[in-house]
Amino acid sequence: MQNESVIRRRDLLALIGTVAGSSAMYHAMTSLGFASESAYKGPLKLAGDVKGASVLVLGAGLAGMTAALELRKAGYKVQILEFNSRAGGRNWSIRGGDSFVELGGFRQTSQFEQGLYLNPGPWRIPYHHRALLDYCRRLNVTLEPFIQLNHNAYLHATRAFGGKPQRFRSIKADFQGGVSELLAKVTQQGRLDETVGKEDQEILLQSLRDWGALDRDYKYNANLVSAEFRGYARDPGGGLMGDPLPSEPIPLQELLRSRMWRYLQTFARYDFQTTMFQPVGGMDMIGKAFAREVGDLIRYGAKVTQIQQNGSGVTVSYVDTASPSTVQQATADWCICTIPLPILSQLPVDVSAPMKSAIDSVPYAASVKIGLQFKRRFWEEDDAIYGGISYTDLPIRQIAYPNYGFNRGGRGILLGAYMYGGANSFEFTAMTPAERVASAVEFGAAIHPQYRNEFENGVAVAWHRVPFTLGCAGEWTEATRAQHYRNLCQIDGRIVLAGEHASQLPAWQEGAILSALDVISRLHERVVKT
Amino acid sequence: MMMRTATSVVAALALLSATAALGQDSGAGKRTFSSGYRFVEMTGEELFANVCQGCHMPDATGASGAGTYPSLAGNKNLEAAGYPVFLVINGRRGMPAFGDMMTDGQIAAVVNYLRTHFSNNYQDAVTTKDVQDARR
Repeated sequence: MQNESVIRRRDLLALIGTVAGSSAMYHAMTSLGFASESAYKGPLKLAGDVKGASVLVLGAGLAGMTAALELRKAGYKVQILEFNSRAGGRNWSIRGGDSFVELGGFRQTSQFEQGLYLNPGPWRIPYHHRALLDYCRRLNVTLEPFIQLNHNAYLHATRAFGGKPQRFRSIKADFQGGVSELLAKVTQQGRLDETVGKEDQEILLQSLRDWGALDRDYKYNANLVSAEFRGYARDPGGGLMGDPLPSEPIPLQELLRSRMWRYLQTFARYDFQTTMFQPVGGMDMIGKAFAREVGDLIRYGAKVTQIQQNGSGVTVSYVDTASPSTVQQATADWCICTIPLPILSQLPVDVSAPMKSAIDSVPYAASVKIGLQFKRRFWEEDDAIYGGISYTDLPIRQIAYPNYGFNRGGRGILLGAYMYGGANSFEFTAMTPAERVASAVEFGAAIHPQYRNEFENGVAVAWHRVPFTLGCAGEWTEATRAQHYRNLCQIDGRIVLAGEHASQLPAWQEGAILSALDVISRLHERVVKT
Repeated sequence: MMMRTATSVVAALALLSATAALGQDSGAGKRTFSSGYRFVEMTGEELFANVCQGCHMPDATGASGAGTYPSLAGNKNLEAAGYPVFLVINGRRGMPAFGDMMTDGQIAAVVNYLRTHFSNNYQDAVTTKDVQDARR
């Protein structure tokens, strides 16, 4: 690879097409951002005679309810068994007065003010999750923007800048400026002559000045050009308020050592690019909208204890969570099981050895979310942070600001901690809910000292202690996917699994829905053809 | 090498009106927090209190919802030390794999702690070498 720098993307694609065939080229195009963006092909059309077939769906989360909605529409007889006394599963919002008992018996009753909520599970929807967006549209779920990137939110590192949080916009501008200055320097020294032609070097310098906010001499300095990106020491005003003053950039060396650059790319990832959405009023508006469609099919408070099948159908044993001594049974021709794998792996299930092995081999990620209510929206009033996320290397990892009720007086709720995977997720899970909340307040005060005076109450959800999942979401590795994924997704006799764990988008609601759509398409094909 | 620094916080429970009920807790009010992906807790007692008890509960008796976290108290499955060592390294079913998050010494420490507490009394201690050998 001597000349890799001169190869253009189109040439690369042509080369891949020639050497490896069109499917490889399609794959490459997809990974380079061309071609289809979504696996979703629009509303499902299940044509043909279903011959009175019945389907038992286990779990009334988004996967289960998507399956039920579409199957009933196609003429199937559908029944859903749900462990909880509500629909939605991990699609869940906690509001004032809501009570929740986690494993171990720790009860929390939310004291959130009316109108405020915490989404302990999914909380944002990428623009390319077309299936979920389509269901929101069809089921009349109103969306609003989810602010993922806020240039005025903070980046915080315990051992950098004396622990003082920095504005995202300053770090971003200074990193771009510092790197641009460096690259401009080596360009001008002729050190790129062998890889970049003279004419292109001129364009490169122009682009670096533009992208890095460099001055006439290709230096990144405190001036009103860099201030337009990193912010001012004194903002432009009116009349005789005084001239705007530039702010002082952070030297590149200090910025590099702060490690704060590692947060910059978070916002550029496909999953987190703007525009993102959230339902108005809480994520559970989606679960509730589905339940309006299929709620009459749901048997609540049903804890599944065994799943059996034979050549003619499935029999599922379950107990009512209120009177667990009596075992009841539900039967159907087919079973779509969306029960999370930590639970399903413990049940006696009649499936083939490869599927059983797959069910046993996918651990669930540890994750914790903590909602904190404050007397006033100081992040807006004092810090001018309207929505978005601050990142920190403290165990709380993130502070996310509400993306609703902007610029309004009164109380507000912050997401005071969000860990996903890693040691801190387990450490917070091992605490009592009260301890988690107290720690989130303690840590968060390092970024927002207002915490100490304004904090009122909080709710902490640690997903490994959630009785209906025993974990947050399927945690696949390259190795487990290679070994088990196809086995997990097969139709095994009359049983098939669906849910985010049976998708390539683990932990996303889109994965749950796409998994369900894929499963019912395959199942329907089998039913119609036999 | 991973960073080995830890942040300690004295949870000021008394000062804060969290809504959650106070449950029993084996931590002594002072908690250790790891700074990276791996755990910094070194003793079996601390590893149990900061990791295992998340699911198996402070008294190790487990919990039950739609599924169950097994009780580790007086648990005969701990008799053969290789079994808990294998489970901690590789995980299985609801149990996550901790092989990448703990050193051989940490895994030996937490397994030894479990096998000598909570009505378990298995005196044949696991060594770091045993854990190393159990890794593939």
